[in-house]
Amino acid sequence: MTILTNKADKIDRLAELTQSSEAVTGTSLWREAFRRMRSSKMAIIGAAIIAAFVLVAIVGPMLAPHGPTAQNWRSEVFPNQGKFVGMRGENWFGLDHLGRDMFSRWLVGARQTLLVGVVSMLIGLIIGAAVGILSGAAATLGGKVGQRVDTVIMRVTDIMLSLPSLLLAVSIAAVLGQSLTTVMIAVGVVQIPIFARLLRGSMLVQGGADYVLAAKAVGIRRKRIVLTQILPNSLSPVIVQATLSLATAIIEAAALSYLGLGNPDPAVPEWGVMLSQAQRFFDNEPMMAAYPAIGIIITALGFTLLGEAMREALDPKLRG
Amino acid sequence: MSLLELDGVKVHFPVKKGLFFDRTVGHVYAVDGVSLSVEAGQTYGLVGESGCGKTTLGRAVLRLNDITDGAVVFDGTDLAKLPSEEMRAFRRRLQMVFQDPLGSLNPRQNIESILAEGMAAHNIGKDQAERREKIKEILAKVGLPSNAMSRYPHEFSGGQRQRIGIARALVLEPDVIICDEPVSALDVSVQAQVINLLEELQESLGLTYLVIAHDLAVVRHISDVIGVMYLGGLVEEAPSDALYAGPRHPYTKALMSAVPVPDPEVEDRRERILLHGDLPSPANPPAGCRFHTRCPWVQETKCATERPPLLDTGDGHKVACHFTAEIEAGTVKQTLATGIEAVISTEAVATEAVEVSEGDAETADAPVKKEEEPATVPAQADAGEAERAEESPKA
Ligand SMILES: Nc1ncnc2c1ncn2[C@@H]1O[C@H](COP(=O)(O)OP(=O)(O)OP(=O)(O)O)[C@@H](O)[C@H]1O
Ligand code: SF4
Ligand SMILES: [Mg+2]
Repeated sequence: MTILTNKADKIDRLAELTQSSEAVTGTSLWREAFRRMRSSKMAIIGAAIIAAFVLVAIVGPMLAPHGPTAQNWRSEVFPNQGKFVGMRGENWFGLDHLGRDMFSRWLVGARQTLLVGVVSMLIGLIIGAAVGILSGAAATLGGKVGQRVDTVIMRVTDIMLSLPSLLLAVSIAAVLGQSLTTVMIAVGVVQIPIFARLLRGSMLVQGGADYVLAAKAVGIRRKRIVLTQILPNSLSPVIVQATLSLATAIIEAAALSYLGLGNPDPAVPEWGVMLSQAQRFFDNEPMMAAYPAIGIIITALGFTLLGEAMREALDPKLRG
Repeated sequence: MSLLELDGVKVHFPVKKGLFFDRTVGHVYAVDGVSLSVEAGQTYGLVGESGCGKTTLGRAVLRLNDITDGAVVFDGTDLAKLPSEEMRAFRRRLQMVFQDPLGSLNPRQNIESILAEGMAAHNIGKDQAERREKIKEILAKVGLPSNAMSRYPHEFSGGQRQRIGIARALVLEPDVIICDEPVSALDVSVQAQVINLLEELQESLGLTYLVIAHDLAVVRHISDVIGVMYLGGLVEEAPSDALYAGPRHPYTKALMSAVPVPDPEVEDRRERILLHGDLPSPANPPAGCRFHTRCPWVQETKCATERPPLLDTGDGHKVACHFTAEIEAGTVKQTLATGIEAVISTEAVATEAVEVSEGDAETADAPVKKEEEPATVPAQADAGEAERAEESPKA
C-alpha cells in the first residue's frame, strides 16, 4: 500500500501546484518559471542533455558510418563466442557478436529510443488526459451523478497505480506479443493513471477557485466553464509530468526490451534491445552493454532534471 | 412584498469519509435557518465574525451552494426549487461581487473577454461590437480607463480589480448585487473609494444590495438594515441607526463594544465586553442558544436547551435571545463576571494580555482567562472611517 500512497501523493502534490501560483502571476506564470529555470543549473544541464539526445536521434542515423545490419567480419569475431573487437579504427565502439558496428547501431538506436519514449508518453498523456478531464469535469460540476462517476474512475486509476508499473507493463506486453508497438502500448498504459489523476486533481483545485464560481455566477454553462476556464488553468503540472514521464518511459521501454519483449527486428536497433543482447557477453565484454546503458541513463537523467527543474520553478512554495 | 426574501434557509455541508464509497459522517451547519428580506433599492448589511456562514449564505442566494432547506424568493420566484437551466437565466438579475478580487478573475482572460462572456451567456448585445460598446460604457462608470479592456487581471491594482468585479456584475444589468466582503482584501485607503462607488451605482441604477462584512464600520454607512450573524443564524436585525444606537443582543453588544469611539472622552469610559473562548465549530454547534457558551448573560434556564427565535422587540428591531427584555431592564445581570472588563484604553489591554501570556502556570490555571481574545476587533474600523471622511469624491 505504500506504493499507492507514495505515487498518489506525489501526483496530488504536483496537481496542487496550479493553485496559487497561477492566480498570482496570471499569464506571466510560465514566463516567470522560464526566468527561474534559466538560472537553474539543473534545468540547463537537463535541457543540454535533451538537446544533444534529440540531435543524435534526428541526424544520427544519417551520420552513421555503417548500416546498422552491415556485418563486418574480422578474424577475431565469431558469433556467440564472446570475442569482440574493441575501440579501434573506424569502429569507435567496436563490433558486436555479429560483427556489426556498435557505434552505428547506437546512433540509429537513439532514434528508436526517443520514438518509443515519445509515443508511449503520448499514449499515456492523451488517454490519461481524456480520462482526467472526464473525471475532473464530473467531480467539479457534475452534481451527485458526476461525483459517482468520478469516484469510480478514481478507484480504477488507484488500483492501476498500486500495481508496480513494470509488472503491469510486462503483463500487457505478454498479452500483446513481442513487438515495438507492444512496448509502446505497455509503457503508455502504465502512464495513463498518472496523467488521469494528475489532471483531475489539478482541475479539482481550479474548480474550487473563485473565478470558476464567478463564471458560474454570471451564468456561463458548465461545459463551457470546464473547457474554457478550468482546463487551460490546469495544464501546467501536466506539462511537467509529461517531461518526467519521458524519462520513465525510456527506462521502462528499455526494461521491457531487456526482458525480451522488444522489437525483434535486427534492422531497427534500440538501446533496450542492444542491452538485452549484450547480457550474454557481459563477463567478457561489459562495454557492449555499457554503451546503450549509458545512453539510456543519461537521456533519462536529462528529462528528469528538466522536469524537476520545471516543477521547482512552478512551485510557489519554492519561489523567492 | 420584498424583492428578495429568505425563509428558513439552511445550508449543511456533508462531511464525508470512506475508503471506497464516501459515507456521510456528519454535517457542517454553515447556515442554519436564516430568514430575512431585502427591500428593492435598499441595502441589507450582514455582519458576523469569520466562519459564521456569511459567504455561504450569500452564495446560497445565487445557488452557488446547494440549499439544504428553505426558500429563496426573488421577485416572486422560489430560486431554491428552480431547475438549473432556469436558475442560470435568473443569475442575470442576481449578481455577486467577490471577496478576493484577483482570485475571482480568470488569470488567462483579458478584461473584455471576462465581461463579454457573461453577456454572451445571456444574449445581451447582438454582436461583439455592441457588447464592446456596452463594456466601454460600464468601465467608464466604474472608473476604469477603456484601454483596460485588452489587459489582464494581474496588471491592475487591488482596487481596480474590484472595480472589474463590479463591472462584471453590472454589464448584466442586475437588480440585486450580493457583495461578499467587497473591500476586506483592499488597502484601507482604497476601501472607501470602492464603498463610495457602490453607493453611487446604487443611486444611479437603483440597485439592491446585500453587503456582507465582518467589519461593522464597512456596512454602517451604506446599510439601511443590518443583520448580525452568529454561527449560522441571525441573532439580531434592525434598521442601521437603531442597531448602532442600542444593540440588544448580547453578541451584538460585545461586537459593538469592541469598536473604538472617535471621541477620546467617550472612548476612555467605553466599557468593553470581552467574549470567552473561540467560535464553536459549525460542525458541532451548541444546543439551545448558539451563543450560550460565550454569552456573558447566560442563564441557567432555557439558554442551553431552547433555541431562541428571532422576534420583533418593537420598531422592526428583531432579537434572538430569551432574555432581551430582562437584559434591557437590568433585571438579569451578567453571570460571567470575568466576561466584562472596564478598559481604560487599548494599550492597557495589550499590556495586560502580554503579562498574562508570559505569566506562569498559576496565572494560566486561574479561572480568570484574561488572555482570551475579544470576539471581533475590527481594527480598521476607525481608520476606515477616518479615510472615508477625508476622501474626496473619486474621479
Ligand atoms: N464547501 C464546504 N464544505 C464544507 N464546509 C464548508 C464549505 N464551505 C464553507 N464551509 C464551512 O462553513 C462555515 C461557514 O463558512 P463561510 O465561508 O460561509 O464563513 P464566512 O462567514 O464567510 O467567513 P469569512 O469571514 O472567513 O469569509 C465554515 O466553518 C466553513 O469551514
Ligand atoms: S438566550 Fe441566553 S445565551 Fe442566548 S443570548 Fe440570550 S441570554 Fe445569552
Ligand atoms: Mg466569507
